Amino acid sequence: MSSRQQVYLVALLLIAIGIGFTVYKMVALGFPLLPGESKEVWTLESKITFEPSDGPVEVSLALPDPHNNWVVLDEYFASSGFGFSLIEEGDQTRAVWSRRKVVRPPSLYYKLQVYKGKNRPDEAPPTQALEKPVLDPGYKDAAERLVESLREQSADPVSFTRLLLQQLHKDEDSFLQDAAFLLGEQSRSSTRVAMDVLALAEIHARIVRGIYLEHGRRRQRTSTLIEIYDGKLWVQFNPKNGKQGLPENFYMWQRGGVSMLDVVGGKNSRVEFAIMKNTLPTRSIVMMENRDERAALIDFSIYALPVEQQGVFKQLLLVPIGALVVVFLRVIIGIPTSGTFMPILIALAFIQTTLLTGLVIFLLVVGIGLWIRFYLSYLNLLLVARVSAVVIVVVAIMAAFSVFSYKLGLDQAMMVTFFPTIILAWTIERMSILWEEDGAHEVLIQGGGSLLVSVACYLVMVMPVVAHLTFNFPELLLVVLGVILILGQYSGYRLTELYRFRHMRDTG
Amino acid sequence: MLISPRRLKQLGMLGMNRRNVEVIGRWNERKLYPLVDDKLKTKLLAEDYGMAVPKLIGTISHQFEVKNLRKRLGLTRQFVIKPAQGSGGKGILVVVSRDKGRYIKPSGVDLSIRDAERHVSNILSGLYSLGGRLDVAMVEALVNFDDHLSRYSYEGVPDIRVVVYRGYPVMAMMRCSTHDSDGKANLHQGAVGVGIDLAEGQSLFAVQKGKLVAQHPDTQQSFEELQVPHWAEILRLGAGCYEMTGLGYLGVDVVIDRERGPLILELNARPGLAIQIANQSGLASRLDQVDRVAGLHNSVDGRVDYAREVFGRGLQGQLLPA
Repeated sequence: MSSRQQVYLVALLLIAIGIGFTVYKMVALGFPLLPGESKEVWTLESKITFEPSDGPVEVSLALPDPHNNWVVLDEYFASSGFGFSLIEEGDQTRAVWSRRKVVRPPSLYYKLQVYKGKNRPDEAPPTQALEKPVLDPGYKDAAERLVESLREQSADPVSFTRLLLQQLHKDEDSFLQDAAFLLGEQSRSSTRVAMDVLALAEIHARIVRGIYLEHGRRRQRTSTLIEIYDGKLWVQFNPKNGKQGLPENFYMWQRGGVSMLDVVGGKNSRVEFAIMKNTLPTRSIVMMENRDERAALIDFSIYALPVEQQGVFKQLLLVPIGALVVVFLRVIIGIPTSGTFMPILIALAFIQTTLLTGLVIFLLVVGIGLWIRFYLSYLNLLLVARVSAVVIVVVAIMAAFSVFSYKLGLDQAMMVTFFPTIILAWTIERMSILWEEDGAHEVLIQGGGSLLVSVACYLVMVMPVVAHLTFNFPELLLVVLGVILILGQYSGYRLTELYRFRHMRDTG
Repeated sequence: MLISPRRLKQLGMLGMNRRNVEVIGRWNERKLYPLVDDKLKTKLLAEDYGMAVPKLIGTISHQFEVKNLRKRLGLTRQFVIKPAQGSGGKGILVVVSRDKGRYIKPSGVDLSIRDAERHVSNILSGLYSLGGRLDVAMVEALVNFDDHLSRYSYEGVPDIRVVVYRGYPVMAMMRCSTHDSDGKANLHQGAVGVGIDLAEGQSLFAVQKGKLVAQHPDTQQSFEELQVPHWAEILRLGAGCYEMTGLGYLGVDVVIDRERGPLILELNARPGLAIQIANQSGLASRLDQVDRVAGLHNSVDGRVDYAREVFGRGLQGQLLPA
């Protein structure tokens, strides 16, 4: 295999691996490809209060249904002085607090952070067999008549339920008499009546408890929905108004009729919710989410580093992007620069100082440095001594700059310290040699070229997308490497050569 | 204002990227570079191979030897002191005559032996070498330039650059210093490059700073009549440098001495591309042509003859700009 083919093979392999990892992180781990993607994260704080009586106390709270399309980021139990355990009851997990003796009315807390996951309709068929409800004869007759008339008007369990709930909420006049009777009898709640009628009609139904998420609500109570199984999946109805479907902001807590809160050894127990909404960057959510699963790709990446080091890497990861820009501008465009990668370092300094301030400072320091360097060249010094002298001159210029600008109240000029001293010194040295050997014209061309490339590097590096991609998908470095390898093989003309050779005549 | 890449390809122009990757990267071994970057090594090698070079009078490689300079020079009246690793013509001291122990420069300024010693000392300490490396000072005989060619140059002497690819001379130009180039023969500093027909050594085109010109900007001498003497010998010298150095892509700089004829002044392992403009012809197509026949011609003469026949135009003056 020729070296050229090898380069392409290696480059394509690198690019494939880089893109592969990126796609994996994007799809499987949910990393956002673009910056600024964010999600709403809800914090629910449930507070349990009750009046204790003498003797031991046991409090049991149903925990949120795991299949409710919401992703739990974090949960937290507060139970001062209580014994605490989690108990699995079939599909349901319950938190149990217990204590031998409780004197003051206690408060128990359960806090969780959730965000909405992908919407997956629940298709799990009902596990329990239908049971005929045990009802008073009169009530039962009325209910059966209602089932009869609704069956005639409906096509399937869904339309049956919809009609039923409509009937239970119609104005007095248009009430079917049976519905009115059912509600009037012992002043039952419409939910209770609906469940009885659905059971008589042999439709699988269950009660769903949950919370309407509204930002800033404190003391929010649970609300109830009715859920029926239509043969394929579960459909929710609001028993209060007959509306079909799960409301967007409904946080499903518990399904089935089991109690939500049981308190043994206390009375007047209640659970209330305080609700807060935050908007968090998707990346932070992904990081929180995967903390437990420990995806190896995240665990063995720069995210495992302390935040401070991550900040350093944020900068460092921009260097390859700068290198890519330099390679492109030199190989494809053909802009001459003094010092191959000096423009990247200058661009990094520009990021700290902002572009305009950086340019002004750079030109001033290099200008003054060149001026002093000319005197040094007059002294006939050896190279190392000469460059060292220039380094000292640069440091002195920087110090003078900072002091003067501080006294004048110009804070921007203080940023001069962000420029790499040694690089500035070498730039000055190289420019001055260039000036002596090739004249001021060449200095202008190469110096201008270097600055142009620096500015181009800077403009690319400060693009939010670039910063986001390099930091969140460091594996894209492999793609950059691959592209640079391919560019290193480019043997076509440079753009500037189209100008350089413009005076070629058509001599054939 | 721009020329299309397709047109450039048609003309067979060699671009910088292709030169670096496919020509220099492929044919010039890194380890051979010192042979051409160090002028002393080049000269000793050339003498070994019996190539004509300006005569080496002596070298000074240590500071303690500097005091012996006068003894080394003996009675030599005309000489040049230059750093072995200097670049861009820096640090070259030319002495054209001696008068009562003073050394006279071409400009008429005279120097004492102390001045000359200081100059040598500076060379040794690396003042003129790339990267400030310690260097060696070479003293060589002054080249007496052919008056015929001096008309084409201002404040300096013209040299002839022959680009040699795999032993075949592929293109040549004469480089004439100008006022702009400050007496230096580098094209990017403003010297005039005159493309030379490989067949007979006649001028083809002249170019300064990328633009075609008809006459020298300072001496007003027209390049139309230009005929380089000793042409065959120049090409033979250039082609022979391939065997001498082993470098596949080489720029050979030749000067013409009144008595001795063509002499190799220095070699360059990364010759530039401006020569193509001076010849109004592309290098790439010629390199391709050489690649097709390389190995068929075993002798220097065979390669030179082939190159003169294939790459020569033989169209005297006809293609010069009006």
